[in-house]
Amino acid sequence: MDDRTSLKEPALPAPSRSDLPAAEPPAAKKWITLSPINQRRLQNFKANRRGYYALWVFLALFVASLGSELIANDQPLMVRYDGGYYFPIFKTYTETTFGGEFETAADYRDPYLQKQIAEKDGRITWAPIPYSYNTHKLDSPTPFPSKPTWLLTEKECEPIVQKKGLTGCRDLEYNWLGTDDQGFDVVARLLYGFRVSVLFGLILTIVSSVIGVAAGAVQGYFGGWIDLLFQRFIEIWTSVPELYVLLIVASVFDRTFFILLGILLLFSWVRLVGLVRAEFLRGRNFEYIQAARALGVRNRTIMFRHLLPNAMVATMTFMPFIISSSVMTLTALDFLGFGLPAGSASLGELLKQGKSNIQAPWLGMAGFFTVAIMLSLLIFIGEAVRDAFDPRKTFG
Amino acid sequence: MDATTNMLLEVRDLSVAFRQGGRESLAVDRISFDLRKGETVALVGESGSGKSVTALSVMKLLPYPAARHPSGTIRFNGQDLLAMTPEQIRHVRGNDITIIFQEPMTSLNPLHTIEKQIAEILLLHKGLAGLEARNRILELLTQVGIPDPAGRLQSYPHQLSGGQRQRVMIAMALANEPDLLIADEPTTALDVTVQAQILKLLKDIQVRLGMAMLFITHDLGIVRKLADTVCVMKDGKIVEHGPVERVFTAPEHPYTRDLLAAEPKPDPAPSQPDAQVVLKADDLKVWFPIRRGLLRRTVGHIKAVDGVTIAVRKGETLGVVGESGSGKTTLGLAILRLISSQGAIVFLGNTIAGLKFEAMRPFRRNMQIVFQDPYGSLSPRMSVSDVIEEGLWVHHPKLSAAEREARVVGALRDVGLEPEWRFRYPHEFSGGQRQRVAIARAVVLEPTFVVLDEPTSALDMLIQAQIVELLRDLQKRRSLTYLFISHDLRVVAALASHLVVMRYGKVVEEGPASDLFANPKSDYTRALFAAAFNLETAPEGVVAQ
Repeated sequence: MDDRTSLKEPALPAPSRSDLPAAEPPAAKKWITLSPINQRRLQNFKANRRGYYALWVFLALFVASLGSELIANDQPLMVRYDGGYYFPIFKTYTETTFGGEFETAADYRDPYLQKQIAEKDGRITWAPIPYSYNTHKLDSPTPFPSKPTWLLTEKECEPIVQKKGLTGCRDLEYNWLGTDDQGFDVVARLLYGFRVSVLFGLILTIVSSVIGVAAGAVQGYFGGWIDLLFQRFIEIWTSVPELYVLLIVASVFDRTFFILLGILLLFSWVRLVGLVRAEFLRGRNFEYIQAARALGVRNRTIMFRHLLPNAMVATMTFMPFIISSSVMTLTALDFLGFGLPAGSASLGELLKQGKSNIQAPWLGMAGFFTVAIMLSLLIFIGEAVRDAFDPRKTFG
Repeated sequence: MDATTNMLLEVRDLSVAFRQGGRESLAVDRISFDLRKGETVALVGESGSGKSVTALSVMKLLPYPAARHPSGTIRFNGQDLLAMTPEQIRHVRGNDITIIFQEPMTSLNPLHTIEKQIAEILLLHKGLAGLEARNRILELLTQVGIPDPAGRLQSYPHQLSGGQRQRVMIAMALANEPDLLIADEPTTALDVTVQAQILKLLKDIQVRLGMAMLFITHDLGIVRKLADTVCVMKDGKIVEHGPVERVFTAPEHPYTRDLLAAEPKPDPAPSQPDAQVVLKADDLKVWFPIRRGLLRRTVGHIKAVDGVTIAVRKGETLGVVGESGSGKTTLGLAILRLISSQGAIVFLGNTIAGLKFEAMRPFRRNMQIVFQDPYGSLSPRMSVSDVIEEGLWVHHPKLSAAEREARVVGALRDVGLEPEWRFRYPHEFSGGQRQRVAIARAVVLEPTFVVLDEPTSALDMLIQAQIVELLRDLQKRRSLTYLFISHDLRVVAALASHLVVMRYGKVVEEGPASDLFANPKSDYTRALFAAAFNLETAPEGVVAQ
């Protein structure tokens, strides 16, 4: 029945599918040229509307979070003082610069300094959210964690308002989603936490995929003893309990971003090995691989040029799901308290606070919705990528 | 009238359309033919001509509702099969009409014994079980010529040879004494000697049981031998239809005439007994160890190639023929040092046996290979230009981009493809065009020696002839030396100046092709030639079952 797929050949006609823009010579080079297969994949990806929009939303959020310092910062974006312009988010100035008394770094939230600047016809331009992830709220009307400012009643604000000679709650330091139990602004922490999570997930995924693909490729391509020994090694390696290693290492070193990344990397690279190994095992007996060997092409070139693209289909399909599981790993570690050091912005830590402060539902809700939306976006993107690489849709 | 009472199957104006991704394509276009009791009708045509689809629609086995019949009726014993309910059609299937397929390995369930598979049909349609069923199974297996049928009852499909599996399939088809047997290329996957046996069996059984047969094939030789009436199909239409004798002696339609003339003409390169020896292999052995037990000790060897000595002279074509499993492909790979082997291999005066991959590289420019499957031998992710260029990158790394392009263009012209097509991808080409690309990849390096590993086997008849012409033309222009591996003796006869007949890894017979074809010495070679050229079976014991 598969005689429907093969075409017969009358005296050399033009290839039957001239509707594809394949005869286009590279003279018409655009900034990137996609092979017909990849063009079809791109179309398939776009055809999954949900995934396509999820990608744009995710990219917008990610790019925005990369510029977190411009959005949420306790250093002003710009200060005009005495006819000069200062950019505190890029450079640290001493208090004396603005007419203060001490040679210490200027604290722009200090009313004294604000007054100094105002006296010299100065102006402070704040970021949209004038707190960083570790800026303590000043003059909170309630004990921490304090409510979102818009939920405060005038009665609650009264003591502070009177003490500072303000008119109402609105004039207090404004926290859109309240503060956590340290007095840190929740929005700022979400923004920085999102960035850390995504960056951590991306780096972990990319590095572990590169290692995993390379290891799988070597095993699958060479086979035999290399494969056998490597396989046994991986079996032993995967049985090492990750969490214990993390605890032991954490007792010796500080749990910084890169130490955590390194430890998780030790165990996460094996995820793709089996998949890539199988693809290479299958692929190395293809006739076009034999043909390349007959041409005398080097092993390395065969692996990269001929086999890797085959294996990458499976790898790319898994990639978004690996990213989301890496993000989850970090969040889970933070939630358990084995993650990033105390005080760093982290979604898991926010969830933990939500758990221990049931009376402050804004903490748990903010953490939950951020994690849920982030993971949903990643899953939607993953589904669209899976569609894009679906061989039935590519060649159907 | 006699004709109407004997009428078994009447197909009138049958069309089949497939819907795929919103588009509908017509696979079969208003065909009509008749089949009388005891008659054999052959549907012949190239791949994609709609012959298999026709056969499957008689059984209503198409993937409905993706497939539908815009027009037509199929009357079987006066009843319209297309109008039947699924319940009724199931009664007809396997009972009155049965089918055997091309690939006996995939048509049998690998997890069930032969007995169980045949018993299932008997139980389903006849209600036979137990001893009664077993006796009938033994009778059937005897009928289809399975040796020691009682001992074979508990065998699994993988324990049988391809020919035996096809015999089991036939036994299953005959189990309910059908009126009509549809045979969909039943011998295409088999060796020529086995093919001859199966065809003889089918003919015998047909005469004995008086059943009609609808035979689908692309092989005109089989049609001539077996059929009474032939329908030539092209692009879903029957272009010519008539008694076999008439169609073969006086074809009316130009396409039929092309098909009949498609046989490659024998015009091999002349034998050059004094020319330089390009490649010589002496007592070449490829043994695969069989390892058993905990310590993986080698307990024996599969001798794929066992002490073969060959020599190819410049400008000659050495044909290596043999059936599947004879070691001919392994021999080709071993000569190119793509698999390890023992024994001396001398290429253009240099001993290349035992050289490492790196050390082999300079020689690879001069020795190339073209594989059988034009779909598998081109990377789907590389454009034609990339495919052909690859060898140039390895062997002529200093070429400028323009020079490289010029060579690619030249190679494409040489193989009869438009140079503008070099930016296209393999999936845009037909099988024959892909094979031309594969040949271009080999000749762009201007090699002296090319191994052709069944380069025409996966192609349709007309295209086979074109590829053979192309190979012959290239050989003349570039004075190439070929090692031509094939099981298709007609193609080998067209090209080979010297012939080696292989069986079980050993050389059975060798000599100049003209001598060998005219006067084969060994029994096996004689049987092979008889099966290939005349579809005749050999006496017991000469060839495998």
